[in-house]
Amino acid sequence: MEKRVTFNERWLPYLLVGPQIIITLVFFFWPSGQAIYQSVLIEDAFGGNSKFVYVDNFIRLFSDASYYASARLTVVFSFLVAAIGLALSLLLAVMADRVIRGATGYKAFLVWPYAVAPAVAGVLWGFLFNPSVGIVAWMLQGIGIEFNYVINGNQALLLVVIAAVWNQISYNFLFFLAGLQSIPKSLIEAAAIDGAGPGRRFWDIIFPLLSPVGFFLLVVNIIYAFFGTFGVVDALTKGGPGHATNILVYKVYNDGFRGQDLGGSSAQSVILMLVVVLLTVVQFRFIERRVHY
Amino acid sequence: MVENRPFLTLLSHLVVLLGVVVIAFPVWMTFVASTHSQQTMLQSPIPLLPGPHLIENYTKVLTEGYGRVGSTSVTLTLTNSLVMALGVAIGKIAISIISAFAIVYFRFPGRMYFFWAIFITLMLPVEVRIVPTYGVVANLGMLDTYGGLIIPLIASATATFLFRQFFLSVPDELTEAARVDGASPMRFFWDILLPMSRTSIAALFVIQFIYGWNQYLWPLLITTKESYYTVVMAVTRQANVVDSVPSWNLLMAMAMLAMLPPVLVVVFMQRQFVRGLVETEK
Repeated sequence: MEKRVTFNERWLPYLLVGPQIIITLVFFFWPSGQAIYQSVLIEDAFGGNSKFVYVDNFIRLFSDASYYASARLTVVFSFLVAAIGLALSLLLAVMADRVIRGATGYKAFLVWPYAVAPAVAGVLWGFLFNPSVGIVAWMLQGIGIEFNYVINGNQALLLVVIAAVWNQISYNFLFFLAGLQSIPKSLIEAAAIDGAGPGRRFWDIIFPLLSPVGFFLLVVNIIYAFFGTFGVVDALTKGGPGHATNILVYKVYNDGFRGQDLGGSSAQSVILMLVVVLLTVVQFRFIERRVHY
Repeated sequence: MVENRPFLTLLSHLVVLLGVVVIAFPVWMTFVASTHSQQTMLQSPIPLLPGPHLIENYTKVLTEGYGRVGSTSVTLTLTNSLVMALGVAIGKIAISIISAFAIVYFRFPGRMYFFWAIFITLMLPVEVRIVPTYGVVANLGMLDTYGGLIIPLIASATATFLFRQFFLSVPDELTEAARVDGASPMRFFWDILLPMSRTSIAALFVIQFIYGWNQYLWPLLITTKESYYTVVMAVTRQANVVDSVPSWNLLMAMAMLAMLPPVLVVVFMQRQFVRGLVETEK
Protein backbone atom coordinates (compact mmCIF):
# COMPACT_ATOMS: atom_id res chain seq x y z
CA MET A 1 0.00 0.00 0.00
CA GLU A 2 1.31 3.44 -0.85
CA LYS A 3 0.39 7.01 -0.02
CA ARG A 4 -0.91 9.17 -2.84
CA VAL A 5 0.25 12.38 -1.23
CA THR A 6 3.88 12.60 -0.19
CA PHE A 7 6.44 15.22 0.63
CA ASN A 8 9.39 16.06 -1.58
CA GLU A 9 12.55 16.40 0.43
CA ARG A 10 15.99 15.28 -0.48
CA TRP A 11 17.78 14.65 2.80
CA LEU A 12 15.11 14.67 5.44
CA PRO A 13 13.87 11.09 4.91
CA TYR A 14 17.40 9.74 5.32
CA LEU A 15 17.75 11.65 8.54
CA LEU A 16 14.49 10.15 9.77
CA VAL A 17 15.24 6.50 8.97
CA GLY A 18 18.87 7.03 9.98
CA PRO A 19 18.71 6.18 13.69
CA GLN A 20 16.83 2.94 13.20
CA ILE A 21 18.96 1.86 10.23
CA ILE A 22 22.21 2.57 12.08
CA ILE A 23 21.10 0.63 15.14
CA THR A 24 19.85 -2.21 12.96
CA LEU A 25 23.14 -2.36 11.07
CA VAL A 26 25.35 -2.20 14.15
CA PHE A 27 23.42 -4.46 16.51
CA PHE A 28 21.68 -6.73 14.06
CA PHE A 29 23.40 -7.18 10.71
CA TRP A 30 26.93 -6.95 12.02
CA PRO A 31 26.45 -9.58 14.77
CA SER A 32 24.41 -11.84 12.52
CA GLY A 33 27.16 -11.66 9.91
CA GLN A 34 29.72 -12.36 12.60
CA ALA A 35 27.77 -15.40 13.75
CA ILE A 36 27.89 -16.79 10.23
CA TYR A 37 31.57 -15.86 9.86
CA GLN A 38 32.57 -17.35 13.22
CA SER A 39 30.64 -20.49 12.52
CA VAL A 40 33.26 -21.39 9.89
CA LEU A 41 36.26 -20.55 12.10
CA ILE A 42 38.07 -22.21 14.95
CA GLU A 43 39.65 -19.84 17.43
CA ASP A 44 42.52 -21.01 19.57
CA ALA A 45 42.22 -20.79 23.32
CA PHE A 46 44.12 -17.51 23.61
CA GLY A 47 42.01 -15.68 21.04
CA GLY A 48 43.56 -13.74 18.22
CA ASN A 49 44.47 -16.67 16.03
CA SER A 50 41.60 -18.14 14.15
CA LYS A 51 41.58 -20.60 11.33
CA PHE A 52 39.10 -21.07 8.53
CA VAL A 53 37.69 -24.57 8.80
CA TYR A 54 34.91 -24.62 6.20
CA VAL A 55 31.89 -26.36 7.68
CA ASP A 56 33.82 -28.34 10.29
CA ASN A 57 31.91 -26.70 13.14
CA PHE A 58 28.64 -27.85 11.67
CA ILE A 59 29.95 -31.36 11.03
CA ARG A 60 31.23 -31.50 14.59
CA LEU A 61 27.82 -30.34 15.80
CA PHE A 62 25.88 -32.86 13.76
CA SER A 63 28.09 -35.71 14.90
CA ASP A 64 27.68 -34.65 18.51
CA ALA A 65 25.23 -36.83 20.40
CA SER A 66 24.61 -34.13 23.02
CA TYR A 67 23.45 -31.73 20.31
CA TYR A 68 20.88 -34.24 19.10
CA ALA A 69 19.79 -34.84 22.67
CA SER A 70 19.33 -31.11 23.16
CA ALA A 71 17.44 -30.76 19.85
CA ARG A 72 15.15 -33.66 20.72
CA LEU A 73 14.58 -32.21 24.17
CA THR A 74 13.69 -28.81 22.66
CA VAL A 75 11.11 -30.42 20.39
CA VAL A 76 9.52 -32.32 23.28
CA PHE A 77 9.66 -29.25 25.48
CA SER A 78 8.06 -26.91 22.96
CA PHE A 79 5.41 -29.49 22.13
CA LEU A 80 4.50 -29.77 25.81
CA VAL A 81 4.50 -26.01 26.39
CA ALA A 82 2.38 -25.34 23.30
CA ALA A 83 -0.05 -28.23 23.80
CA ILE A 84 -0.67 -27.72 27.53
CA GLY A 85 -0.72 -23.94 27.23
CA LEU A 86 -3.18 -23.90 24.34
CA ALA A 87 -5.47 -26.53 25.86
CA LEU A 88 -5.70 -24.79 29.23
CA SER A 89 -6.16 -21.30 27.85
CA LEU A 90 -8.78 -22.50 25.36
CA LEU A 91 -10.70 -24.12 28.21
CA LEU A 92 -10.51 -20.94 30.27
CA ALA A 93 -11.45 -18.72 27.32
CA VAL A 94 -14.46 -20.85 26.36
CA MET A 95 -15.70 -20.91 29.93
CA ALA A 96 -15.11 -17.18 30.41
CA ASP A 97 -16.89 -16.48 27.13
CA ARG A 98 -19.95 -18.42 28.31
CA VAL A 99 -20.36 -16.24 31.36
CA ILE A 100 -19.86 -13.07 29.38
CA ARG A 101 -20.95 -10.67 32.08
CA GLY A 102 -18.22 -11.94 34.33
CA ALA A 103 -15.67 -12.19 31.51
CA THR A 104 -14.34 -8.65 31.81
CA GLY A 105 -13.95 -9.07 35.55
CA TYR A 106 -12.20 -12.40 35.15
CA LYS A 107 -9.99 -11.00 32.42
CA ALA A 108 -8.26 -8.68 34.87
CA PHE A 109 -7.37 -11.70 37.02
CA LEU A 110 -6.06 -13.73 34.11
CA VAL A 111 -3.96 -11.26 32.13
CA TRP A 112 -1.31 -10.25 34.63
CA PRO A 113 1.00 -13.31 34.51
CA TYR A 114 2.16 -11.96 31.14
CA ALA A 115 3.78 -9.07 33.01
CA VAL A 116 5.92 -11.35 35.20
CA ALA A 117 9.45 -11.81 33.88
CA PRO A 118 10.17 -15.41 32.81
CA ALA A 119 13.13 -15.50 35.17
CA VAL A 120 10.96 -14.39 38.09
CA ALA A 121 8.31 -16.94 37.08
CA GLY A 122 11.06 -19.56 37.37
CA VAL A 123 11.94 -18.36 40.87
CA LEU A 124 8.28 -18.45 41.96
CA TRP A 125 7.66 -21.99 40.79
CA GLY A 126 11.01 -23.11 42.11
CA PHE A 127 9.89 -21.85 45.50
CA LEU A 128 6.57 -23.75 45.37
CA PHE A 129 8.33 -26.98 44.45
CA ASN A 130 11.48 -26.48 46.50
CA PRO A 131 12.37 -29.84 48.07
CA SER A 132 12.93 -28.38 51.54
CA VAL A 133 10.41 -25.52 51.93
CA GLY A 134 8.11 -25.76 48.90
CA ILE A 135 4.46 -26.06 49.85
CA VAL A 136 3.48 -28.05 46.76
CA ALA A 137 6.42 -30.40 47.20
CA TRP A 138 5.31 -30.88 50.80
CA MET A 139 1.72 -31.63 49.75
CA LEU A 140 2.94 -34.08 47.11
CA GLN A 141 5.02 -35.79 49.76
CA GLY A 142 1.85 -36.07 51.84
CA ILE A 143 0.24 -38.18 49.13
CA GLY A 144 3.37 -40.24 48.64
CA ILE A 145 5.06 -38.53 45.70
CA GLU A 146 8.70 -37.68 46.20
CA PHE A 147 9.19 -34.48 44.20
CA ASN A 148 12.74 -33.25 43.90
CA TYR A 149 13.42 -31.32 40.72
CA VAL A 150 17.00 -30.68 41.78
CA ILE A 151 17.98 -34.29 41.22
CA ASN A 152 15.18 -35.75 39.08
CA GLY A 153 15.50 -34.80 35.39
CA ASN A 154 11.92 -35.55 34.35
CA GLN A 155 10.51 -33.62 37.25
CA ALA A 156 12.82 -30.71 36.42
CA LEU A 157 11.52 -30.69 32.85
CA LEU A 158 7.94 -30.86 34.08
CA LEU A 159 8.52 -27.91 36.38
CA VAL A 160 10.09 -25.82 33.62
CA VAL A 161 7.09 -26.64 31.41
CA ILE A 162 4.65 -25.60 34.16
CA ALA A 163 6.43 -22.29 34.77
CA ALA A 164 6.67 -21.58 31.03
CA VAL A 165 2.97 -22.37 30.48
CA TRP A 166 1.96 -20.20 33.42
CA ASN A 167 3.91 -17.28 32.03
CA GLN A 168 2.33 -17.55 28.58
CA ILE A 169 -1.25 -18.46 29.51
CA SER A 170 -2.63 -14.92 29.61
CA TYR A 171 -1.39 -14.21 26.12
CA ASN A 172 -3.12 -17.31 24.73
CA PHE A 173 -6.24 -16.59 26.75
CA LEU A 174 -6.59 -13.05 25.39
CA PHE A 175 -6.28 -14.17 21.77
CA PHE A 176 -8.69 -17.08 22.21
CA LEU A 177 -11.21 -14.85 23.96
CA ALA A 178 -10.98 -12.25 21.18
CA GLY A 179 -11.42 -15.04 18.63
CA LEU A 180 -14.46 -16.41 20.45
CA GLN A 181 -16.08 -13.01 20.72
CA SER A 182 -15.67 -12.40 17.00
CA ILE A 183 -17.70 -15.50 16.08
CA PRO A 184 -21.16 -14.29 14.95
CA LYS A 185 -23.79 -15.11 17.54
CA SER A 186 -26.27 -15.91 14.77
CA LEU A 187 -24.27 -19.03 13.85
CA ILE A 188 -24.43 -20.34 17.38
CA GLU A 189 -28.11 -19.50 17.68
CA ALA A 190 -28.93 -21.22 14.39
CA ALA A 191 -27.16 -24.35 15.59
CA ALA A 192 -29.02 -24.21 18.89
CA ILE A 193 -32.35 -23.94 17.08
CA ASP A 194 -31.40 -27.00 15.06
CA GLY A 195 -31.01 -28.83 18.33
CA ALA A 196 -27.23 -28.88 18.75
CA GLY A 197 -26.16 -28.97 22.42
CA PRO A 198 -23.26 -26.96 23.84
CA GLY A 199 -20.70 -29.74 23.24
CA ARG A 200 -21.79 -30.31 19.66
CA ARG A 201 -21.81 -26.57 18.98
CA PHE A 202 -18.28 -26.30 20.33
CA TRP A 203 -16.78 -29.07 18.23
CA ASP A 204 -18.72 -28.44 15.03
CA ILE A 205 -18.82 -24.64 14.91
CA ILE A 206 -16.69 -22.85 17.47
CA PHE A 207 -13.61 -25.05 17.26
CA PRO A 208 -13.25 -24.96 13.44
CA LEU A 209 -13.82 -21.19 13.42
CA LEU A 210 -11.17 -20.76 16.08
CA SER A 211 -8.60 -22.80 14.20
CA PRO A 212 -6.94 -19.79 12.51
CA VAL A 213 -6.33 -18.22 15.93
CA GLY A 214 -5.21 -21.61 17.17
CA PHE A 215 -2.62 -22.04 14.42
CA PHE A 216 -1.32 -18.55 14.96
CA LEU A 217 -0.98 -19.18 18.69
CA LEU A 218 0.69 -22.52 18.02
CA VAL A 219 3.48 -20.82 16.07
CA VAL A 220 3.81 -18.04 18.64
CA ASN A 221 4.00 -20.59 21.44
CA ILE A 222 6.63 -22.67 19.67
CA ILE A 223 8.75 -19.56 19.10
CA TYR A 224 8.22 -18.66 22.75
CA ALA A 225 9.19 -22.15 23.94
CA PHE A 226 12.29 -22.12 21.74
CA PHE A 227 13.60 -18.68 22.66
CA GLY A 228 11.50 -16.97 25.30
CA THR A 229 12.07 -19.54 28.01
CA PHE A 230 15.74 -18.86 28.61
CA GLY A 231 14.98 -17.01 31.84
CA VAL A 232 12.77 -19.80 33.19
CA VAL A 233 15.46 -22.41 32.57
CA ASP A 234 18.27 -20.30 33.95
CA ALA A 235 16.38 -19.43 37.11
CA LEU A 236 15.09 -22.95 37.78
CA THR A 237 17.56 -25.56 36.62
CA LYS A 238 20.47 -24.04 34.65
CA GLY A 239 19.95 -26.78 32.08
CA GLY A 240 20.34 -29.53 34.64
CA PRO A 241 20.19 -31.92 36.36
CA GLY A 242 22.56 -33.55 33.91
CA HIS A 243 21.28 -32.15 30.64
CA ALA A 244 17.63 -32.79 31.40
CA THR A 245 16.52 -29.22 30.64
CA ASN A 246 19.37 -28.09 28.39
CA ILE A 247 17.26 -26.74 25.53
CA LEU A 248 18.96 -25.36 22.41
CA VAL A 249 18.87 -21.69 23.33
CA TYR A 250 20.39 -22.50 26.70
CA LYS A 251 23.05 -24.61 25.07
CA VAL A 252 24.09 -21.72 22.79
CA TYR A 253 24.60 -19.59 25.88
CA ASN A 254 26.32 -22.34 27.84
CA ASP A 255 28.74 -23.35 25.09
CA GLY A 256 29.47 -19.78 24.08
CA PHE A 257 29.91 -18.11 27.45
CA ARG A 258 30.73 -20.90 29.87
CA GLY A 259 32.46 -23.27 27.47
CA GLN A 260 34.17 -20.53 25.40
CA ASP A 261 33.50 -22.58 22.26
CA LEU A 262 32.84 -19.63 19.95
CA GLY A 263 32.82 -21.55 16.68
CA GLY A 264 30.47 -24.24 17.96
CA SER A 265 28.20 -21.72 19.63
CA SER A 266 28.07 -19.61 16.46
CA ALA A 267 27.23 -22.66 14.37
CA GLN A 268 24.37 -23.34 16.79
CA SER A 269 23.28 -19.70 16.48
CA VAL A 270 23.19 -20.03 12.70
CA ILE A 271 21.01 -23.13 12.94
CA LEU A 272 18.68 -21.41 15.40
CA MET A 273 18.44 -18.42 13.06
CA LEU A 274 17.29 -20.77 10.31
CA VAL A 275 14.68 -22.22 12.66
CA VAL A 276 13.29 -18.76 13.53
CA VAL A 277 13.25 -17.68 9.89
CA LEU A 278 11.35 -20.85 9.02
CA LEU A 279 8.85 -20.37 11.83
CA THR A 280 8.36 -16.71 10.94
CA VAL A 281 7.72 -17.57 7.31
CA VAL A 282 5.13 -20.15 8.39
CA GLN A 283 3.52 -17.54 10.63
CA PHE A 284 3.35 -14.94 7.86
CA ARG A 285 1.93 -17.30 5.29
CA PHE A 286 -0.67 -18.21 7.81
CA ILE A 287 -1.49 -14.60 8.65
CA GLU A 288 -2.12 -13.94 4.97
CA ARG A 289 -4.75 -16.64 5.09
CA ARG A 290 -6.22 -15.28 8.27
CA VAL A 291 -7.03 -12.00 6.54
CA HIS A 292 -9.40 -13.79 4.16
CA TYR A 293 -11.07 -15.62 6.99
CA MET B 1 -26.24 -16.68 25.94
CA VAL B 2 -28.14 -18.89 23.58
CA GLU B 3 -30.04 -20.92 26.12
CA ASN B 4 -30.43 -21.17 29.83
CA ARG B 5 -28.44 -24.02 31.31
CA PRO B 6 -27.86 -23.16 34.94
CA PHE B 7 -25.66 -26.18 35.57
CA LEU B 8 -23.33 -25.37 32.68
CA THR B 9 -23.14 -21.72 33.70
CA LEU B 10 -22.23 -22.74 37.23
CA LEU B 11 -19.61 -25.12 35.87
CA SER B 12 -18.16 -22.34 33.71
CA HIS B 13 -17.86 -20.03 36.69
CA LEU B 14 -16.22 -22.79 38.72
CA VAL B 15 -13.68 -23.61 36.00
CA VAL B 16 -12.72 -19.97 35.51
CA LEU B 17 -12.54 -19.36 39.26
CA LEU B 18 -10.35 -22.42 39.68
CA GLY B 19 -8.14 -21.11 36.89
CA VAL B 20 -7.87 -17.71 38.56
CA VAL B 21 -6.98 -19.31 41.89
CA VAL B 22 -4.38 -21.69 40.44
CA ILE B 23 -2.81 -18.90 38.40
CA ALA B 24 -2.67 -16.59 41.40
CA PHE B 25 -1.39 -19.25 43.80
CA PRO B 26 2.38 -18.84 43.13
CA VAL B 27 2.13 -15.09 43.66
CA TRP B 28 0.03 -15.53 46.80
CA MET B 29 2.64 -17.85 48.28
CA THR B 30 5.38 -15.40 47.31
CA PHE B 31 3.54 -12.64 49.08
CA VAL B 32 2.92 -14.82 52.17
CA ALA B 33 6.58 -15.81 52.29
CA SER B 34 7.63 -12.17 52.12
CA THR B 35 5.70 -11.38 55.32
CA HIS B 36 7.24 -13.97 57.63
CA SER B 37 10.45 -14.18 59.58
CA GLN B 38 13.40 -16.18 58.40
CA GLN B 39 12.81 -18.91 61.02
CA THR B 40 9.18 -19.46 60.08
CA MET B 41 10.20 -19.95 56.49
CA LEU B 42 12.58 -22.76 57.37
CA GLN B 43 10.01 -25.04 58.96
CA SER B 44 8.04 -27.23 56.64
CA PRO B 45 5.15 -26.82 56.05
CA ILE B 46 5.37 -23.10 55.56
CA PRO B 47 2.30 -21.01 56.48
CA LEU B 48 -0.43 -20.27 53.96
CA LEU B 49 -1.46 -16.95 55.48
CA PRO B 50 0.50 -13.68 55.79
CA GLY B 51 2.58 -13.04 58.88
CA PRO B 52 3.59 -9.92 60.82
CA HIS B 53 6.98 -9.10 59.26
CA LEU B 54 5.87 -7.38 56.08
CA ILE B 55 7.23 -3.89 56.71
CA GLU B 56 10.42 -5.18 58.32
CA ASN B 57 11.28 -7.44 55.36
CA TYR B 58 10.56 -4.89 52.68
CA THR B 59 12.43 -2.12 54.48
CA LYS B 60 15.38 -4.44 54.82
CA VAL B 61 15.65 -5.38 51.13
CA LEU B 62 14.97 -1.85 49.97
CA THR B 63 17.65 -0.25 52.10
CA GLU B 64 20.27 -2.88 52.87
CA GLY B 65 19.75 -5.31 50.05
CA TYR B 66 19.97 -9.01 50.51
CA GLY B 67 23.30 -8.64 52.20
CA ARG B 68 25.23 -11.87 51.94
CA VAL B 69 26.08 -12.21 48.28
CA GLY B 70 25.77 -8.72 46.92
CA SER B 71 25.83 -5.43 48.70
CA THR B 72 23.58 -3.68 46.19
CA SER B 73 20.29 -2.52 47.61
CA VAL B 74 17.13 -3.45 45.82
CA THR B 75 16.34 0.24 45.41
CA LEU B 76 19.31 0.60 43.09
CA THR B 77 18.40 -2.46 41.01
CA LEU B 78 14.81 -1.20 40.77
CA THR B 79 16.13 2.12 39.51
CA ASN B 80 18.25 0.34 36.92
CA SER B 81 15.24 -1.66 35.77
CA LEU B 82 13.17 1.49 35.53
CA VAL B 83 15.85 3.26 33.49
CA MET B 84 16.13 0.26 31.20
CA ALA B 85 12.36 -0.21 30.77
CA LEU B 86 11.73 3.48 30.09
CA GLY B 87 14.79 3.71 27.83
CA VAL B 88 13.72 0.73 25.76
CA ALA B 89 10.09 1.83 25.53
CA ILE B 90 10.74 5.48 24.72
CA GLY B 91 13.75 4.77 22.50
CA LYS B 92 11.88 2.19 20.49
CA ILE B 93 8.86 4.41 20.01
CA ALA B 94 10.99 7.42 19.06
CA ILE B 95 13.13 5.76 16.40
CA SER B 96 10.25 3.69 15.02
CA ILE B 97 7.80 6.52 14.62
CA ILE B 98 10.23 8.69 12.66
CA SER B 99 11.39 5.86 10.42
CA ALA B 100 7.77 4.86 9.74
CA PHE B 101 7.06 8.52 8.93
CA ALA B 102 9.93 8.55 6.44
CA ILE B 103 8.89 5.29 4.80
CA VAL B 104 5.23 6.22 4.45
CA TYR B 105 5.38 9.94 3.64
CA PHE B 106 8.44 10.25 1.42
CA ARG B 107 9.63 8.83 -1.89
CA PHE B 108 13.39 8.46 -1.90
CA PRO B 109 15.96 6.19 -3.48
CA GLY B 110 16.57 3.11 -1.36
CA ARG B 111 13.26 3.36 0.48
CA MET B 112 12.34 -0.28 -0.07
CA TYR B 113 15.82 -1.45 0.94
CA PHE B 114 15.45 0.33 4.25
CA PHE B 115 12.01 -1.13 4.65
CA TRP B 116 13.26 -4.67 4.14
CA ALA B 117 16.33 -4.13 6.31
CA ILE B 118 14.00 -3.22 9.16
CA PHE B 119 11.58 -6.00 8.30
CA ILE B 120 14.22 -8.71 8.59
CA THR B 121 14.96 -7.81 12.22
CA LEU B 122 11.53 -9.22 13.02
CA MET B 123 12.97 -12.64 12.48
CA LEU B 124 15.88 -12.87 14.85
CA PRO B 125 15.40 -12.41 18.58
CA VAL B 126 18.46 -11.44 20.56
CA GLU B 127 18.62 -14.92 22.08
CA VAL B 128 19.84 -16.57 18.89
CA ARG B 129 22.76 -14.24 18.29
CA ILE B 130 23.90 -13.53 21.81
CA VAL B 131 27.59 -14.28 21.47
CA PRO B 132 28.32 -12.04 18.45
CA THR B 133 26.06 -9.24 19.71
CA TYR B 134 27.94 -9.35 22.98
CA GLY B 135 31.16 -9.07 20.96
CA VAL B 136 29.92 -5.97 19.13
CA VAL B 137 28.84 -4.26 22.34
CA ALA B 138 32.19 -5.12 23.94
CA ASN B 139 34.07 -3.68 20.94
CA LEU B 140 32.11 -0.46 21.23
CA GLY B 141 33.06 -0.20 24.91
CA MET B 142 29.43 -0.31 25.97
CA LEU B 143 29.64 -3.06 28.60
CA ASP B 144 28.41 -1.87 31.98
CA THR B 145 26.65 1.20 30.63
CA TYR B 146 22.99 2.10 30.36
CA GLY B 147 23.55 2.62 26.65
CA GLY B 148 24.68 -0.98 26.29
CA LEU B 149 21.63 -2.16 28.20
CA ILE B 150 19.18 -0.15 26.14
CA ILE B 151 20.36 0.67 22.61
CA PRO B 152 20.82 -2.85 21.18
CA LEU B 153 17.23 -3.67 22.18
CA ILE B 154 15.51 -0.68 20.63
CA ALA B 155 15.85 -1.71 16.99
CA SER B 156 12.63 -3.55 16.31
CA ALA B 157 10.43 -4.00 13.34
CA THR B 158 7.17 -4.49 15.23
CA ALA B 159 6.90 -0.89 16.38
CA THR B 160 7.81 0.45 12.93
CA PHE B 161 5.12 -1.73 11.39
CA LEU B 162 2.52 -0.65 13.86
CA PHE B 163 3.13 3.01 13.05
CA ARG B 164 3.36 2.33 9.32
CA GLN B 165 0.00 0.61 9.46
CA PHE B 166 -1.49 3.48 11.37
CA PHE B 167 -0.04 6.20 9.09
CA LEU B 168 -1.41 4.41 6.04
CA SER B 169 -4.88 4.73 7.54
CA VAL B 170 -4.55 8.50 8.07
CA PRO B 171 -6.61 10.29 5.36
CA ASP B 172 -4.60 11.90 2.59
CA GLU B 173 -6.76 15.02 2.83
CA LEU B 174 -4.98 15.94 6.04
CA THR B 175 -1.62 15.85 4.31
CA GLU B 176 -2.97 17.85 1.40
CA ALA B 177 -4.47 20.44 3.68
CA ALA B 178 -1.19 20.75 5.53
CA ARG B 179 0.71 21.17 2.30
CA VAL B 180 -1.70 23.78 0.98
CA ASP B 181 -1.24 25.71 4.19
CA GLY B 182 2.48 25.58 3.60
CA ALA B 183 3.36 23.32 6.53
CA SER B 184 6.76 21.67 6.35
CA PRO B 185 6.94 17.87 6.72
CA MET B 186 8.18 18.14 10.30
CA ARG B 187 5.48 20.61 11.17
CA PHE B 188 2.90 18.15 9.81
CA PHE B 189 4.52 15.40 11.85
CA TRP B 190 4.51 17.34 15.13
CA ASP B 191 1.16 19.07 14.85
CA ILE B 192 -0.99 16.48 13.12
CA LEU B 193 0.51 13.00 12.97
CA LEU B 194 1.94 12.78 16.46
CA PRO B 195 -1.22 13.89 18.30
CA MET B 196 -3.23 11.45 16.19
CA SER B 197 -0.92 8.57 17.13
CA ARG B 198 -1.50 8.95 20.88
CA THR B 199 -3.44 5.72 21.36
CA SER B 200 -0.96 3.66 19.34
CA ILE B 201 1.91 5.18 21.31
CA ALA B 202 0.23 4.36 24.62
CA ALA B 203 -0.47 0.77 23.58
CA LEU B 204 3.08 0.29 22.39
CA PHE B 205 4.50 1.90 25.50
CA VAL B 206 2.80 -0.63 27.78
CA ILE B 207 4.08 -3.60 25.79
CA GLN B 208 7.61 -2.25 25.47
CA PHE B 209 7.83 -1.20 29.10
CA ILE B 210 7.07 -4.78 30.14
CA TYR B 211 9.50 -6.10 27.55
CA GLY B 212 12.27 -3.83 28.81
CA TRP B 213 11.61 -4.45 32.48
CA ASN B 214 11.56 -8.23 32.04
CA GLN B 215 14.78 -8.53 30.04
CA TYR B 216 17.04 -11.09 31.61
CA LEU B 217 19.56 -12.63 29.25
CA TRP B 218 20.78 -9.34 27.85
CA PRO B 219 21.58 -7.59 31.16
CA LEU B 220 23.05 -10.86 32.40
CA LEU B 221 25.58 -10.79 29.57
CA ILE B 222 26.67 -7.21 29.48
CA THR B 223 26.74 -6.20 33.13
CA THR B 224 29.56 -7.26 35.39
CA LYS B 225 29.32 -4.42 37.90
CA GLU B 226 26.66 -4.88 40.52
CA SER B 227 25.67 -1.24 40.25
CA TYR B 228 24.14 -2.00 36.83
CA TYR B 229 22.20 -5.12 37.81
CA THR B 230 18.49 -5.08 37.08
CA VAL B 231 16.04 -6.28 39.69
CA VAL B 232 15.09 -9.41 37.70
CA MET B 233 18.77 -10.39 37.57
CA ALA B 234 19.22 -9.69 41.26
CA VAL B 235 16.27 -11.92 42.19
CA THR B 236 17.52 -14.78 40.03
CA ARG B 237 21.06 -14.53 41.38
CA GLN B 238 19.80 -14.71 44.94
CA ALA B 239 17.49 -17.60 44.07
CA ASN B 240 20.49 -19.59 42.90
CA VAL B 241 22.18 -19.34 46.29
CA VAL B 242 19.10 -19.49 48.46
CA ASP B 243 19.67 -23.08 49.50
CA SER B 244 23.00 -22.20 51.07
CA VAL B 245 21.93 -18.83 52.50
CA PRO B 246 18.28 -19.49 53.29
CA SER B 247 16.47 -16.16 53.56
CA TRP B 248 13.34 -17.07 51.65
CA ASN B 249 11.42 -14.22 53.23
CA LEU B 250 13.82 -11.60 51.83
CA LEU B 251 14.14 -13.31 48.45
CA MET B 252 10.38 -13.40 48.07
CA ALA B 253 10.08 -9.74 49.09
CA MET B 254 12.54 -8.96 46.30
CA ALA B 255 10.54 -11.10 43.85
CA MET B 256 7.37 -9.18 44.79
CA LEU B 257 9.14 -5.89 44.13
CA ALA B 258 10.43 -7.18 40.79
CA MET B 259 6.92 -8.17 39.70
CA LEU B 260 4.99 -5.21 41.01
CA PRO B 261 5.74 -2.42 38.49
CA PRO B 262 4.98 -4.34 35.25
CA VAL B 263 1.95 -6.05 36.81
CA LEU B 264 0.58 -2.70 37.95
CA VAL B 265 1.11 -1.29 34.47
CA VAL B 266 -0.87 -4.17 32.98
CA VAL B 267 -3.66 -3.98 35.52
CA PHE B 268 -4.13 -0.23 35.35
CA MET B 269 -3.59 0.12 31.61
CA GLN B 270 -5.43 -3.04 30.64
CA ARG B 271 -7.13 -1.56 27.61
CA GLN B 272 -3.87 -0.23 26.16
CA PHE B 273 -2.16 -3.50 27.04
CA VAL B 274 -4.65 -5.67 25.16
CA ARG B 275 -4.62 -3.28 22.24
CA GLY B 276 -0.84 -3.28 22.11
CA LEU B 277 -0.66 -7.05 22.31
CA VAL B 278 -3.09 -7.54 19.46
CA GLU B 279 -1.70 -4.77 17.27
CA THR B 280 1.96 -5.70 17.54
CA GLU B 281 1.06 -9.14 16.25
CA LYS B 282 -0.58 -7.91 13.07
